[in-house]
Parts: sequence; structure tokens; C-alpha cells
Amino acid sequence: MEVHELELKSIQYRRRILSIIKNANAGHTAGSLSCIDILNVLYNHVMNVSPENFSNPDRDRYIHSKGHSVEALYVVLADKAFYPSEALDTLSQYQSHFVGHPTRKVNGVEQNTGALGHGLSVAVGIALGAKKDGRSYRVYTIMGDGELTEGSVWEASMSAAHYKLDNLVAIVDRNTLQITGRTEDVMALEPLEDKFRSFGYAVRAVDGNDVAELVNVFAQLPFEPGKPNLILAQTVKGKGVSYIEDRAGWHHRVPNDEEFSTAVAELQLAEQEWRKRRGLIEAR
Amino acid sequence: MDSLKLGRPNLEVFANTLLSLARQNGDILVTTSDSRGSGKLVPFSEKLPEQIVEMGIAEQNLVGVSAGLASTGKKVFAVSPACFLTTRALEQIKNDVAYSDQPVKLIGISAGVSYGALGSTHHSLHDYAALGAINNIAIVAPADNFETRETIKAVVDYPHPIYVRFGKRPMHDLHQPDAQFKIGRAIVLAEGTDVTIIASGEPVSQAVMACQLLEDQGISCGVISMHTLKPLDREAVLAAARRSRALLTVEEHSVYGGLGSLCASLLMEEGISVPLKIVGIPDEYTVTGSQAAIFAHYGITPEGLAKTARALL
Repeated sequence: MEVHELELKSIQYRRRILSIIKNANAGHTAGSLSCIDILNVLYNHVMNVSPENFSNPDRDRYIHSKGHSVEALYVVLADKAFYPSEALDTLSQYQSHFVGHPTRKVNGVEQNTGALGHGLSVAVGIALGAKKDGRSYRVYTIMGDGELTEGSVWEASMSAAHYKLDNLVAIVDRNTLQITGRTEDVMALEPLEDKFRSFGYAVRAVDGNDVAELVNVFAQLPFEPGKPNLILAQTVKGKGVSYIEDRAGWHHRVPNDEEFSTAVAELQLAEQEWRKRRGLIEAR
Repeated sequence: MDSLKLGRPNLEVFANTLLSLARQNGDILVTTSDSRGSGKLVPFSEKLPEQIVEMGIAEQNLVGVSAGLASTGKKVFAVSPACFLTTRALEQIKNDVAYSDQPVKLIGISAGVSYGALGSTHHSLHDYAALGAINNIAIVAPADNFETRETIKAVVDYPHPIYVRFGKRPMHDLHQPDAQFKIGRAIVLAEGTDVTIIASGEPVSQAVMACQLLEDQGISCGVISMHTLKPLDREAVLAAARRSRALLTVEEHSVYGGLGSLCASLLMEEGISVPLKIVGIPDEYTVTGSQAAIFAHYGITPEGLAKTARALL
């Protein structure tokens, strides 16, 4: 998918995320809006994975380590036709498989996540399995920045470097907020790039809400042969909705009716602007 | 019964069995947490270096990585001291393995009070209880070399998560040559009408010897090796309760949440009331000493068990 098409997808995905969260009256609103551009680029531009090849051992793998931002993943998997979009109407309902953190009961999900600090280890195991079998697929995982205080992340990082897993792509959704407030106030993470480099990663920092930058950085994989890849995606929590952006209070808050209308209007405007831009480009 | 022949440590039997299985199956992988020496896996690592993955002293990562490897079709044996494996990595066992249904084979070595004199940091007296309350993980504690060998053979293709634990001292051979082993099916070693001792893991040999003492005293005694704690062989327990006047359970585990608790709750739910005593490690600051000394302290000896059994009659 081309960059301009990905840009439109991101806007539409944001609307859908808000819509299913509003409908369910539950969800991790701001974190889903933060990581949706990364998921968009992964599933629509980078990864070789689809409902048709989901049992193929050579498919690329994605592990949603920041499991709480599951609404973003559900929306993308529905768009990729892993299940009908209407299935998301059951989000968080009695006996629905679409619970608040991903499980393998949902087609397209590789691993149950939700407790933080688990996804990277699992991704390391899959990447090791690929190396053992001589397969060339890659393993991608998105971690939240708040998640990085879990010690197991660093255990997994050591092993990724030790086994030279250049088929592993760890992405940090660096939106600088966690449920309590600023990550730097809760438990300081910086200097994060230096930490990852010293653990043996090849690190690239990008604007994680800019699909063009994301497309460009994924095209450079592997960043350095023999080193695990770490993408420090600088993002804005709640990106795309003015009153949610960069506010700690929106970690799992659901918009009220008025807020929801405002958000929809803002995203409609964004889509109109996108179409105008496209029209101008096409008119040239 | 004749007197029992002393075999080899279950740990050794595990390591030898795994090596011979792995030689024929390249999908078998061992993951260790700086525990290949403790796991008697140095020969394995020398002969099949491509089939062992060292994770360092990092049990959480060990289990998470094992889940990832299992998802790619590997037959993963995550080998680590039972105390660390089931406590430090409990959340990874719960989520990455059991909840995600990744068929990792978790091997808890030097289980129970095998590391007796090293103190409670190194004991695993909680593992049946902790893992038993987690959905989708089987729990097996083989008693002797035969049960260990058969367990390891059976778990290679076991399609769901499973935890196996054993110790490191030589074990008595308990079984007849024609014995049959199946995960989830208890083995009745002897039938008795006065008392049946239901035991799991390494104390089974103490139970068999206690049974001999009781028989010598004219008491009809049965012994069941309940190698699988979960899924529990309910029928074997109920049959023993119908056959005998009293039951004794014996385990190398806290008296809370293990074999005894499982049997007691089953009997209550089925409305069967027989005198029952749960023998294990009581809920106290565990005494120090060797495994044998700790067993003796808490009455897990032929004489101690025979005495406890007699008191029930």
C-alpha cells in the first residue's frame, strides 16, 4: 500500500477504534490511537501475513506486547479480513472472544498478552525458532514505554542480542505517558536510546505517527546484521483527537456523547483535508 | 512385596531419556537457566549443541522464550530448578504457556525439598497448589525411574502445557515389568482393605515400605502412585475409599493445596466419608537438613507413615 493510502487508513482506523470503544463503553482509547499508525504500516505495507497464510510457517509474526491497546489491533485485523468487522460489536461483551486484551481465540492473534513485559520474550522465542529452522520471516512486537520498567523486558533484550536476532523487530510506542502520568515522573526511562544500544540493539528513532517515516524505517531492516532491531517510535498518546492528545487521563477513559461527536468531526475533517491534498496532487 | 531395589536418580533417567529421544527428533529443544549442570544435561549439550538453548539465570525469559519456540512447532523442555521455575516465572507460566496454550514442557528439577539443606529459597512446596489453580496445565510427579522415563516419553507429543517435577536422589524401583503408564491414570501398586496410602512423587517409595510394615503387622494395606496431580484420577481415589476403611495421602509438598487437599475435596463432594490424614510438609518454617532428614522430621518414613496409618484404624 502506498503512503497516501496508508495515511487515509490511519484516519479511518482511528474513527473505527473510537466507535468500537464507544459502543463497548470500554477500551484503552489513548494507547490505541498512539500505536495505530505503526500497526497500519506493519499490516498493510511491511508484514507478510493474511488470513490465507496464517497457518503457513513462513508468515511474519506480530506479538502485541502492549496488550491493553487491543482495540487498535482488532480494528486492523478486521480490516485485513481475519473476521467480519461486525464481530467487533461484541467487544467486551459476555462470552465474546473480543476481550480487553488479545487472545488466540481471535483469528490473527499469535499469542495471548496483556500482562506487561511478556511479549518481547515470546518474540525472542519465535525469532530463535526461525533461526533454528532457517526460515526468513521476521517477528515484530510493539511495547508500551510504561512497560519498559518490567525487568523481563531487559532479560529478553539480553537474549535477543546474545542470539544475534536480527530477524526480531522490537518497537517502542514512546508516547511518554502511562496510566499515572509522565513516564519520566513515574520511573525515569531516559536515556532510552543509549539503554537499548548498550543492550546490543541497532536502534532507529522515528516519528511513530508518521506513516511515511515508518515505511522508510521498516525498509531499512535489518538495521545491522547480527543485531536485534529496535524502533523507538516517538508518538503522541491519543494522536488524532485534540482533547485526548497527550493527556494522561485518557488511558482507558471512554468518550461521552459530546466528546465522541467532536472526535468524529475532527477525524472527518482530517479525511476531507486528506482528500483535498490528494485532489491538489492529482490536479497537478 | 519383596524388598525394593534402589535405582538411579530420576534426574539422571530424565536426562538420559531426553537425550535418546532428542537424537531421533530434531524438533526437541531444551531451554535452561544456567541449569544444565543441575539438570544433568551437560552430555546433552555436548552431543546435541544445536538442541539446547541457554537463557542464563532469567527464569521469566526462559519461560516466555520457550512459549515462543513452542509456537513455531518445537518440542520445548524448559528445565530449571522447580523452586525458581514455578515461582519466579509464575506469570509467564500462567499467561505465555497455559492461557496461550503453548505446549511447553516445564521440567522442575530438584523439586520439593531435594535441595533440603539449602533452605526454603530452594524448596518447591507450593508448586502443585500454584499451578493447580491455573487452567490448562497438567502436573506430573513421577515416583521412580520407570515413571520418569514413561513421563518424559509421553510429554514429547503432549499437545498442551505440562509441568513435571522430580528430585535428584536415587529412587527405589516400584513397578512390575508389565506396568502400564498413562498421564492422568494412577497406578495401583497394592490393594488393601484396611488402609490405602495414596502418594505422589518421591514419597511413594516410603509409602510402599510403610505398606510392607503394616502388612507384617496384619493390616491390609494398599498403595497408589498418583503420579498425575492434574488431571486427578478421580476414579482411583474413589475406588480406594470404597475398598479401604481409611486413607492416607503423602506428598513432598505443603499440606495445603496439593494431593491431600485434592483427595479430601473430591471425597467430600462425592459424599464419601472415610478417616483421612494428609501427610506432607506442614505450614511452618521448614526444618533444615537433607531431604531424608526433612522427610524423617515430618514423618515421611516407612515407620512414620505406618504409625500414622495405624492411628486412623
